[in-house]
Amino acid sequence: MTRSFGTSGAPHMPPPTSVAKVMLQVLLALVPGVLAHAWFFGPGILVQIILSTIFALLFEFLMLRVRGRPLKPFINDYSAVVTAVLFALCIPPLAPWWISCIAMLFAIGFAKHLYGGLGQNVFNPAMVAYVVVLISFPQAMTNWLPPTALAEYSMGLNDTLATIFTGQVPVVGGWDAVTQATPLDTLKSGVEAGRMVPEIRNSPLFGDFGGKGWEWIANWFALGGLFLLYRRVISWQVPVAVIGSVLLLSLPFWLADPDSNPFPLQHVFSGAIVLGAFFIATDPVSGCVSSRGRLIFGAGVGILTLVIRRWGGYPDGVAFAVLLMNMAAPLIDRYTRPRMYGE
Amino acid sequence: MSMSQQVELAKQAGERTHHFHGGLRLRHHKKISCGDPVRQPPLPELLAVPLLQHVGDIAEPLVSVGDAVLKGQQIGQCQPCAAVHSPVSGIVVAIQERPMSHPSGQPGPCVLIKPDGTEQWAELDRFNDWLDASPDSLMAHMQRCGLAGLGGAVFPTHAKVRDGHNRRTHTLILNGVECEPYISCDEMLMREQPDKIILGARILRRALGAERVIIAIEDQMGAVQKALTSCAEFANSENISVIEVPTIYPEGGERQLVQSLTGLEVPLGGRPSDLGMVCQNVATAAAVAEAVTKGKPLIDRYVTVTGNGVSHPRNFRALFGTPVSHLVEQCGGYTDDVARLVIGGPMMGYPLSSDDAPVVKASNCILALTHKDIADPQPEMPCIRCGECARVCPAMLLPQQLQLFIRNELWDPVQTHGLSACIECGCCDYVCPSHIPLVEWFRFGKGELRKRTLESEAAELARKRFENREARLSRLKQERAEKMARRKQLLKDKAMQQDRIRASIERAEKKGRTKLPTQNSGAPDDT
Amino acid sequence: MLISVLVISVLGVAFGFGLGWAALRFRVESDPVVERIDDLLPQTQCGQCGFPGCRPYAEAISREEADINQCPPGGDAGIRALADLLGREPKPLNPENGEEKSKTVVLIDESRCIGCTLCIQACPVDAIVGAAKLMHTVIASECTGCDLCLPPCPVDCIDIVAAETRPPRWQRPRPQIILDGA
Repeated sequence: MTRSFGTSGAPHMPPPTSVAKVMLQVLLALVPGVLAHAWFFGPGILVQIILSTIFALLFEFLMLRVRGRPLKPFINDYSAVVTAVLFALCIPPLAPWWISCIAMLFAIGFAKHLYGGLGQNVFNPAMVAYVVVLISFPQAMTNWLPPTALAEYSMGLNDTLATIFTGQVPVVGGWDAVTQATPLDTLKSGVEAGRMVPEIRNSPLFGDFGGKGWEWIANWFALGGLFLLYRRVISWQVPVAVIGSVLLLSLPFWLADPDSNPFPLQHVFSGAIVLGAFFIATDPVSGCVSSRGRLIFGAGVGILTLVIRRWGGYPDGVAFAVLLMNMAAPLIDRYTRPRMYGE
Repeated sequence: MSMSQQVELAKQAGERTHHFHGGLRLRHHKKISCGDPVRQPPLPELLAVPLLQHVGDIAEPLVSVGDAVLKGQQIGQCQPCAAVHSPVSGIVVAIQERPMSHPSGQPGPCVLIKPDGTEQWAELDRFNDWLDASPDSLMAHMQRCGLAGLGGAVFPTHAKVRDGHNRRTHTLILNGVECEPYISCDEMLMREQPDKIILGARILRRALGAERVIIAIEDQMGAVQKALTSCAEFANSENISVIEVPTIYPEGGERQLVQSLTGLEVPLGGRPSDLGMVCQNVATAAAVAEAVTKGKPLIDRYVTVTGNGVSHPRNFRALFGTPVSHLVEQCGGYTDDVARLVIGGPMMGYPLSSDDAPVVKASNCILALTHKDIADPQPEMPCIRCGECARVCPAMLLPQQLQLFIRNELWDPVQTHGLSACIECGCCDYVCPSHIPLVEWFRFGKGELRKRTLESEAAELARKRFENREARLSRLKQERAEKMARRKQLLKDKAMQQDRIRASIERAEKKGRTKLPTQNSGAPDDT
Repeated sequence: MLISVLVISVLGVAFGFGLGWAALRFRVESDPVVERIDDLLPQTQCGQCGFPGCRPYAEAISREEADINQCPPGGDAGIRALADLLGREPKPLNPENGEEKSKTVVLIDESRCIGCTLCIQACPVDAIVGAAKLMHTVIASECTGCDLCLPPCPVDCIDIVAAETRPPRWQRPRPQIILDGA
């Protein structure tokens, strides 16, 4: 006797991965770096991550509703959470709560959903958000903390929460007492003032390579990035191109004039180069598709970051560099289409 | 590198193995069906032999309802495709539309035969010594015996051999690389009948005019290599080598196999015979041996019935037209949690909506899967441009871009990005995190491209006919106008002539001359 | 303040004149696109666009005397292809020219045909075989479905039938996107 069966197309095997699994692995890879950040700079970063995530999911929910799209697969794919965490890692730990709110509105609402949602954004949403709040609220975005080891007054969790939600620092002396310039800030203002780089590096702010604390955080991010490489979540072209181009471009400048140029590894371990190389520039949607294209993309990010650091108005240029290369990505893709079998 | 240089390099195939781009390492699941020797199942009650089992047109039936047929008698004819033969002796009870295990899922004309159990053979036509036979006669025999590619593509063997013969083939590659999980019919054939394969290889080599035979097997088939090599030595035949290639899906694809053995790529839009190589499946070679030396037409094949959805997976030598349900019964029936029936392997197979479907020339495997083996239909998310699909594509295409173009019906970029080079292996589909049904999109795209080509050809023909008609009509009009003008001219001339005659008469009258002499007036001088 | 306004205005006018002169002086004669437009048309030769055949319509489009949305057999896909080629905006099919329908052919009912040859003369692609006082038949594979043979037939023996009933074996359906609640 015959029996009927339901039909569905090939392949008839359970899919090994999903968007949610990819995003979760990215989040997992960020954990070491986040913990290192909290270790060196206090619990502020954790509060910012929670805030950004809540706002990101809220705006994702609102935008999906407004666009009439189903909630189920899109809220669960964790892409909004990844955007939120990456943004939170770029802002000062004591930034007021409304910074996250406005930023996530721009990231999820403008940069992601107004372009068509998951898979359609031209620009990296976290970087769009960061740039918007950086330019609109420069004061709030430059109140950075020194590492707790060097801080005159270490902020506990209660103080941190109070600062974030009220905007006032509950310490005698207010903001000036607790904040300090970042190592990159110090370097830039020092060089512009005419001081020598080795002399600037004598400050206790600097560790072996980059800033004290910052270089260790970069290490842990690099570890997470290697985990992602091993799991084939990202491909090696972008990180190698970013870090490689930074090293290659800064080397001749340092060799020529070591007094006014930091040495290459200092560039790599300061600021957001490592985070950018492994987590931000590797965003698949806004980057290039072909292998050669990814190398060019990464090189562009590295070069533009150095240019902005050296000659631009901002101490760190990763966000702007990434956005500029996002603009060029479709063109790069068009000209680096790989050869087909037999062509 | 020019083509002739590539052909020279191809002659050194097999010296070392190369890698092709992409591919996947999959779990094999083959051991579960290799435990028992291959069995011939008992005759089913009714066999439904489709008249379309090969690439080409539907065969014309040569029998009618009520006819008695013998085993191996030709019941379908198709020029220039492969013939169709009756797998049993019995009575034709019907010729009707039935499911025919075709990828499209559409039914087609089938000859229903009720076996009478006697298994009486028709008269078989064979070669006494194939070493004396000409390649042409060998190829004609292959067509008469209904031989088609048994690897799954069912391309008529005689046509492929003829193409290879005409293009100076130097190497015959026998494809024993069964790369899809679960399928083990070729492996069992190589274990149990290596002598037939070697014999078939020698016959094919003679028909092609080639010098070498390479039998390619996966590198985890140790026993098979020993069996084949010893048979080759026993047959005392030179230039037959058994080469192991890495076990990566889809190593068994023709183009990937050629690249693995030679390091060269088959030109885009070309065939392996461009490099002087022809690929045939090992089962096809065994069938060639039987057809040429025993005259047996193609009426059965090795089929793997496997998966966690049947109680006792194993291999059969099944007659074409046997219903799938009959084979599953012979395997101990379905298990309780069987969820899907697939004809083919898990990567490229087609789902069967009912187990009424017959075993045909292309059926290498019947796969019964449980709920655990397949996933619930996943929602299709937007493409996140991760690039995994391009990383695993053995044809080095950009599946991401292709599905975007097909979805938006931009057919020119679809063609320039090489959709026709896609072998539908399913690697891209498997790794996609957004669960986009890429293979379905590509099959749809290929159908649409073909439709557009046919439509544009029809439009071109209509335009030519229209232009011819316009030209004919205007030519007729012109001819008519010329004729009219000539007639008018003729009339005018006649009228002019009349006028001239009248004018001269008037002139004569004026000058006083009498009327013209008539009959009554006599001549002035009468003698 | 006034000086700046004056300077900018003068510059604007000067540049405007300059651009206008350049547009005239360096004008490029566009290639004859008639061939490419004709390639995109379905060659039904039905005349529904208002022109006696596809080529005259193509010529009219290239001279911008006709709009691109006048061809029902080409349908939406045809309009979009023309819009793509010419860089114009695609628009919906003009209902005055007819509506898009699936491919049809015509069939002559041989029991009613009187052999008058009027339909043979009407067919733009010579798809009807026959002669005076002899049976007329439509060659289905050549018929484009233009329906120009129906009006001239004095006994109304020509019927419109659907072209194909079953999709060809190599055609696959478009995948459906499964999303909860979508």
